[in-house]
Amino acid sequence: MIRIILPPHLRALAHVDGEVQLNLTGEITLRAVLDALEQNYPMLRGTIRDQVTQKRRPFIRFFASENDLSHSSPDEPLPEAVVRATEPLLVVGAIAGG
Amino acid sequence: MSGVRVLVGTRKGAFLLTSDGKRERWDVSGPHFAGWEIYHLKASPVNPDRLYASQSSGWFGQLIQRSNDGGQTWEPVGNKFVYDGVPGTHQWYDGTPHPWEFKRVWHLEPSRDDAETVYAGVEDAALFRSTDGAQTWHELSGLREHGTGPHWQPGAGGMCLHTILLDPKDPARIFVAISAAGTFRSDDGGKTWKPTNRGLRSEFIPNPTAEVGHCVHRIAMHRSRPNVLFMQKHWDVMRSDDAGESWREVSGNLPTDFGFPIDVHAHEPETIYVVPIKSDSEHYPPEGKLRVYRSKTGGNEWEALTKGLPQENCYVNVLRDAMAVDSLDSCGVYFGTTGGQVYASADAGDNWAPIVRDLSAVLSVEVQTLQ
Repeated sequence: MIRIILPPHLRALAHVDGEVQLNLTGEITLRAVLDALEQNYPMLRGTIRDQVTQKRRPFIRFFASENDLSHSSPDEPLPEAVVRATEPLLVVGAIAGG
Repeated sequence: MSGVRVLVGTRKGAFLLTSDGKRERWDVSGPHFAGWEIYHLKASPVNPDRLYASQSSGWFGQLIQRSNDGGQTWEPVGNKFVYDGVPGTHQWYDGTPHPWEFKRVWHLEPSRDDAETVYAGVEDAALFRSTDGAQTWHELSGLREHGTGPHWQPGAGGMCLHTILLDPKDPARIFVAISAAGTFRSDDGGKTWKPTNRGLRSEFIPNPTAEVGHCVHRIAMHRSRPNVLFMQKHWDVMRSDDAGESWREVSGNLPTDFGFPIDVHAHEPETIYVVPIKSDSEHYPPEGKLRVYRSKTGGNEWEALTKGLPQENCYVNVLRDAMAVDSLDSCGVYFGTTGGQVYASADAGDNWAPIVRDLSAVLSVEVQTLQ
């Protein structure tokens, strides 16, 4: 099981409270998690990454286990703590604007 | 009993304002999609319970929302807007080539005869159509690719396709307007397009009478006369009597001919409304007096409408999609401001009162006349 914490606007859009929990098999990469997230919550398509290029949206960051994964390859394995679900994957919106 | 529903898009959500035919007491619903920019909402003329909304955010991109119950509940639908083929480049502000990039949906125009068909005007400028209730979108790329696209460039607000007029008498005819490219017309349902800007003059471009490059802010028509178009250009209020083949200026005695919205009275095709705004960069009413100007002669002769509008210390703007009319016997006129007010007149502009005063900046106003 993978735990994901979404920013508040995306939780509201997806009608979820608190964490999202997904069951995944195979190698746990950022791409695999986002694929599963969008499969389970299709309204999130395009809000975290571009639907065509799959690039992270500019004001979105990914953190886990006190590491910034935003600029890592989406095909790298996620930290072991995320894979074991002792830590969540954090999807964070940049703090900016008004 | 008849009534109206005013659909208001703001920087921080959508609001639905409803009233009976007297238009004196209002019920306010919202914010819907709190915290998101709602560039535009519009209802299907075929099914008044079917609403479409453009929801966007600098963080999370573009969403399209759809309601089947008049805005009580909403569901996210398709938000994949992909340009047809290799989109190429348009001009950047400095004249250098710049790749076409989708940014947001400025305007949604539901079909006049099919609730599942809806058009979307987007930034960077292109026209998309959905025929499945906004689940999937396909570009009508004949517009962007007809030949002048590489010469289009953005206005200050971006290179947006902001106006879509569907001809009520000829289903194959569509008019669109783009800032800063101009107006374009299709006579074959959106397959092929041509610029329709003859008569426009813009001193801020190298060739003031160029085929494209004009910063058209808004165009409007009356349903009984779709060959007569009215335009608020960056500067100049213009009129065409031949479906955009040629334009002539009708700014007349306006205090300034800069502004954003323009609209037509529901029952009087020669009665039109604008909101003069001071420019270059001020973008607020001249002398701090918020005045709607009405012409009953299709332009040239204008009267200021001031009753109920602030006549001192008013420095708001009225954006291009933020004016609409209802079609009750006594035509109602509505507009929203960047100060968050939505003003209504139930007597064609003679008297005004705010429906709401303290919303976020209003981006768009549409009105449904409900039976």
